[in-house]
Amino acid sequence: MAINQILLLGISALVLGRLGRGKGRICWPLAASVFFVFWMQPPLPLRGLSFLLPLFALGLVVLAWAATASPAGLRSAENRRAAGLLLVLVSVLAASRYFGPKNLLPAPPPALGQTLGTLAFLALAGVALAYVAKKRPSVATWSVFGLLLTLFLILKTPALSQAVSRFWRLWHYQNPALASALDIRWLGYSYLAFRLLHTLRDRQSGRLPEANLGEYLTYVIFFPALAAGPIDRIERFLKDLRAPASDFTTGVLEGGQRLAVGLFKKFVVADTLAMIALNPISAHQARSAWGAWVLLYAYAFQIYFDFSGYTDIAIGLGQWMGIRLPENFRQPYRQPNLTMFWNNWHITLTQWFRSYFFNPFVRSLRRRKRLSTGGVLLVSQLATMGLIGLWHGVESHFLLWGIWHGLGLFIQNRWSSFWRPRLGNLSGGKQRALHVGSVLLTFHFVALGWVWFVLPTASAWHFLLKLGGIFP
Amino acid sequence: MNPSPWRIFFKATLLFVVFNLLLALFPSGQGVRWSVYNHLVPGRERLPFGENPSQAYNLSLFDVEAMFASHVVSAQPSHPEYRVFIMGDSSVWGILLRPEETLAGQLNAMHLMTADQRPVRFYNLGYPTISLTKDLLLLARARQEKPDLILWLTTLEAFPPDKQHTPLVEHNRTLLASLSAPCLPPPPIPSTDPLTALWQRTLFGRRRAWANWYRLQVYGVMWGITGIDQFYPKTYAPAKIDLAADDIFHGLHQGSDLQTALDWSLLDAGFCLAGETPIILVNEPILVSHGKNSDIRYNYFYPRWAYDQYRRILQDKAVKKQWYYLDLWHLVPAGDFTNSAVHLTPHGEALLAGQIRHALQRDFLKTR
Repeated sequence: MAINQILLLGISALVLGRLGRGKGRICWPLAASVFFVFWMQPPLPLRGLSFLLPLFALGLVVLAWAATASPAGLRSAENRRAAGLLLVLVSVLAASRYFGPKNLLPAPPPALGQTLGTLAFLALAGVALAYVAKKRPSVATWSVFGLLLTLFLILKTPALSQAVSRFWRLWHYQNPALASALDIRWLGYSYLAFRLLHTLRDRQSGRLPEANLGEYLTYVIFFPALAAGPIDRIERFLKDLRAPASDFTTGVLEGGQRLAVGLFKKFVVADTLAMIALNPISAHQARSAWGAWVLLYAYAFQIYFDFSGYTDIAIGLGQWMGIRLPENFRQPYRQPNLTMFWNNWHITLTQWFRSYFFNPFVRSLRRRKRLSTGGVLLVSQLATMGLIGLWHGVESHFLLWGIWHGLGLFIQNRWSSFWRPRLGNLSGGKQRALHVGSVLLTFHFVALGWVWFVLPTASAWHFLLKLGGIFP
Repeated sequence: MNPSPWRIFFKATLLFVVFNLLLALFPSGQGVRWSVYNHLVPGRERLPFGENPSQAYNLSLFDVEAMFASHVVSAQPSHPEYRVFIMGDSSVWGILLRPEETLAGQLNAMHLMTADQRPVRFYNLGYPTISLTKDLLLLARARQEKPDLILWLTTLEAFPPDKQHTPLVEHNRTLLASLSAPCLPPPPIPSTDPLTALWQRTLFGRRRAWANWYRLQVYGVMWGITGIDQFYPKTYAPAKIDLAADDIFHGLHQGSDLQTALDWSLLDAGFCLAGETPIILVNEPILVSHGKNSDIRYNYFYPRWAYDQYRRILQDKAVKKQWYYLDLWHLVPAGDFTNSAVHLTPHGEALLAGQIRHALQRDFLKTR
């Protein structure tokens, strides 16, 4: 996000924090979030898609809500009001192609017929899903589950994205030879999907709290957290949303501090480090081992300050609107082991994977009793971290990054189990030295892991050799 | 009790305004001398210039002090050396050439020594705009770095009056006036009203200059790591060989008198600025085309009549003023030019370096 976008989001959050009290508590944040879903979507070279992707995002949220809401409350007045508001907002934005300011959205909406057709299709799908959910709830939830994962796979697999782009271009009389995997950049899809999957799974396990359409939509597309998280849990979010408005001045002060810290982290520290951070070109250009290490350190800190800066901005904006979003980073590079690192790095994502993949997977492996305790741990760590790697893109280097961390977590677990009882009675000075050594070791393990994350596999091997002073 | 956010905001704004006013009322000088170059990272081999910073690890800025501070010429030499500053345009700076392929790089690779066994070190102080006034600005500032000899490469395109208003010069009119007096008549400095002048000296008014200085320092790290200071495209459009049937040079037609139409006094100012430091004036190589209409023009820049007249005047002037002058215009074959009629290939630069070496050893270093 550019700083002018954040400025507008900030002004909106301040106004909404003031307006969104009493009856407007849900209505205003929802309206603003719907607008920002469209406004923040980057313009795409594929005709109409810059408008249709946000529309699909809203459609997915409505479908997921239809699959998870209790059938009795589907037609309640407040749900009708929320649906009406959504429809009016989308129609107004779609009509901006013909009326009003031309640059309201980053790219002009498609012809009204196409938008109305898409809306009708989504509405029909919603009605059908609600009907199915009434008769066979699990079929409905699994259908949305499958749809979300399929879209995920398409967006994260370059070859599939390119194929879809080619198809879209052919369909819209654009040159298919120009199709690229970068043509389909769906703002915030990952976070949207994580939130929806969380509600679907909680619905299946009976833990999902009741939420009307307005609340559900506001939770999933809450604009401060749309682009870069954090991934809040719906029960926690609803508690804040339904709570009486807190002191506005306190919220502004605390949120403002957080926002200022976030802006500094992102636009001063991270953007400076980005100029010297490791990338596929600079990895090739580095002429010395020390230079290669500088690139790597710069990247390690750049990604941290960038991501945690955005989180601070989101949390600050949330506070201005009376919503306390969860923390996502707690000094991850100062942790003495890899487990602690992952407990403090992208916390909400780690918790999501722990809740919805790691724990169920471990339970499933244990039930089968085919593997030893160590074996269960190894397989589940590799699978979880491999999946987290693939979440960034279905490419071999992301998988290797995941495996690197999976193996690291396993080795660290075994190592700690062996050494902890033996190192318990060290003196204070030795404990401190051990702690400092552990922090440095953990940081360097994570930093070396970034090589896999940033570089294609072949380049990563070359760069690792450079770090060791070997120039192939 | 929490303090009011509005009070905090008010105090912060007040502090910012006061800080800006202090900076504006007590300016620190003409530019920023602090630099990571020559301290934390190696100095650059050529002055900062770049239109594609993220790929070139280099950028264009107008702060001459910061430019020199980033250059290796500002480093304290570890042992006595004979310092030769090479002034000129993009052909000296070395568009499309790596630092070691430029004229300075190739001359340095020759490891020349003076008669008293001091190594001869060549510094590339070229800058990619063709303008004598720009050369004077850089020459005037370069004097502070104590040259033993100045190698000044120029070409006709640097002489027309309309070429004397480059962005670098326009942003440094005051500096040029202060550095070049009394050799150059004071240039007209556009008057600005006091309020605007004050605003331009505030931190906010100078935000672009500060941001550029900051980026220059950060890109220094990349320069240190990669040794890259310009973007090298995979392909480029070669200099035009087939030319338009047009004999106009900067609005002048055949028969015009270049003696009066061009700013020849700027050359005198350059020699005046150099003072006791000797100058070798070089008419730099140009592409001599054999393509279409090459009977009218030598290349994209020059109609034949204008260039021939320019060479005659320059030769006469050099003789009259007893300048050390090398006319190397026809030295480099057409195949050794790259994307412009003055940009040379590494081989072209080697030919030029060979000629200059010969002159240096014979007449300045006295080692032959």
